[in-house]
Amino acid sequence: MTLLEVEGLTVHYGVIQALKGISFRVEQGEIFTILGSNGAGKTTTLKALSGLVPKSGGRVFFEGRDITTAPSHTLPALGLVHVPEGRRIFAGLTVADNLLLGAYHRRDKAGIKEDLESVYELFPRLAERRKQDAGSLSGGEQQMLAMGRGLLSRPRLLLLDEPSMGLAPVLVEEIFRFIQEINRRGTTILLVEQNAHLALEIAHKACVLETGRVALSGAAREVAADGRIQEIYLGAG
Amino acid sequence: MSWHIAALQQLVNGLALGSVYALIALGYTMVYGIIKLINFAHGEIYMLGAYFGFYALTLLNLSLLPAMLLSMAAAALVGVLLERVAYRPLRNSPRISVLITAIGASLLFQSTAQLVFGASFKPFPQAMPFRRIQLGPVFITNRQLLIFGVAVLLMILLHVLVTYTKFGKAMRAVARDKEAALLMGINVDRIISATFALGSALAATAGILVGMYYNRIDPYMGMMPGLKAFVAAVLGGIGMVPGAVLGGLLMGVAENLVVTLGSSTLRDAVAFAVLIVVLLFRPTGLLGKKGIEKV
Repeated sequence: MTLLEVEGLTVHYGVIQALKGISFRVEQGEIFTILGSNGAGKTTTLKALSGLVPKSGGRVFFEGRDITTAPSHTLPALGLVHVPEGRRIFAGLTVADNLLLGAYHRRDKAGIKEDLESVYELFPRLAERRKQDAGSLSGGEQQMLAMGRGLLSRPRLLLLDEPSMGLAPVLVEEIFRFIQEINRRGTTILLVEQNAHLALEIAHKACVLETGRVALSGAAREVAADGRIQEIYLGAG
Repeated sequence: MSWHIAALQQLVNGLALGSVYALIALGYTMVYGIIKLINFAHGEIYMLGAYFGFYALTLLNLSLLPAMLLSMAAAALVGVLLERVAYRPLRNSPRISVLITAIGASLLFQSTAQLVFGASFKPFPQAMPFRRIQLGPVFITNRQLLIFGVAVLLMILLHVLVTYTKFGKAMRAVARDKEAALLMGINVDRIISATFALGSALAATAGILVGMYYNRIDPYMGMMPGLKAFVAAVLGGIGMVPGAVLGGLLMGVAENLVVTLGSSTLRDAVAFAVLIVVLLFRPTGLLGKKGIEKV
């Protein structure tokens, strides 16, 4: 079943066209990764999907529903949850309060409590630090918090923007294992990554952006084997 | 009366006046915390609150508490409309544009009030009989007690709201990072409106309390207390709720102590001297951390 369908999405920043009509589909249950070099439009794609930047064209369907013009704050309740680049956790609030803000749109107290426990079980380090100021966490812990906060929104589709950014290699692998685990527990994932190698390893499908266009797409294995990906990444051509 | 008794008396007077500054400063600091705007029309909301209270007491013949609640609600509405009409369209404009708009709104409110309510002052009805209570060597009036009591009660309520409730947490999240708050499903516009409503309701209460204290209100009554409360918010650390309370009380006491030291004409000068000193030596305020301003 198709969870997310993007048709000819375009985004303009002033006169600059950042996305030049991209299309792709994310199927239920998969990890879909968007790759590309700096400035290719990966983050812009996610921001456009979650309404943080206005779309200048194209349409977006989530579970068949047209969400092209839906305001950002209405999307988590639909199950479209965006964990932004740079974690963007709320310093000054505790770890537990940060997690609970993820459940802001929810009213089901019992379900929230259950999900909170399962996030603590998935990330035991967050459980240890639940009463601490979120600003005092390390980079890796902040990424776990951002992902845990996203999970408390009860996502059907989790958009993850550069979860490995700025982390030590050993932590990067840990975060990727968490992403796989979240997916195994039933959440569909749309992953934007610089680390193409790791992303292609865990993803089912991939698309590669090049200056605002889809340059390559298909099963992750095929994309990884395609010679053109080297070209795109090395900027040759 | 020896000087230290006089000083003690001025301390009592200062705490009463200071709690009014604190109530107004809370509105400045909450709005600053959430949209980084010094809402210079806030003093006028306080003035309008006093007028709303005046008409609720005289025209509608309400007793004090319902009059206060009605005035708070009306002022909250004005605050929300002000943000909606004047500030929201400029949300992504340079800060200076919004600041100038705020000053414009302040003047607009003053002139409109003058037109509608009349330029001359109005005697504020005394909703409770005047009494003076002796506490050791100093006197405290029941109005001072009312001011202090109402202010402290409202500050405690606000503290509980901001610290422990879901709404308060959402408010702090919006203050910290609007975009991330949107991604949590928080309706940022609604939280900003609610912040204006809260700050305006507190200012309205301050307006009524001052009306009762000084027995008179006029369309320009918001200017000086508005500026002083702004200084109080800066003194405590702008954007921080406890800072506004601390700053307000300190300002009230400082102002009254200067009067004891001999010069009541320097009363208003104190506020601005404090502002200059704070900005020179501790621009983040007493409770502010260094480098709290986001880059």
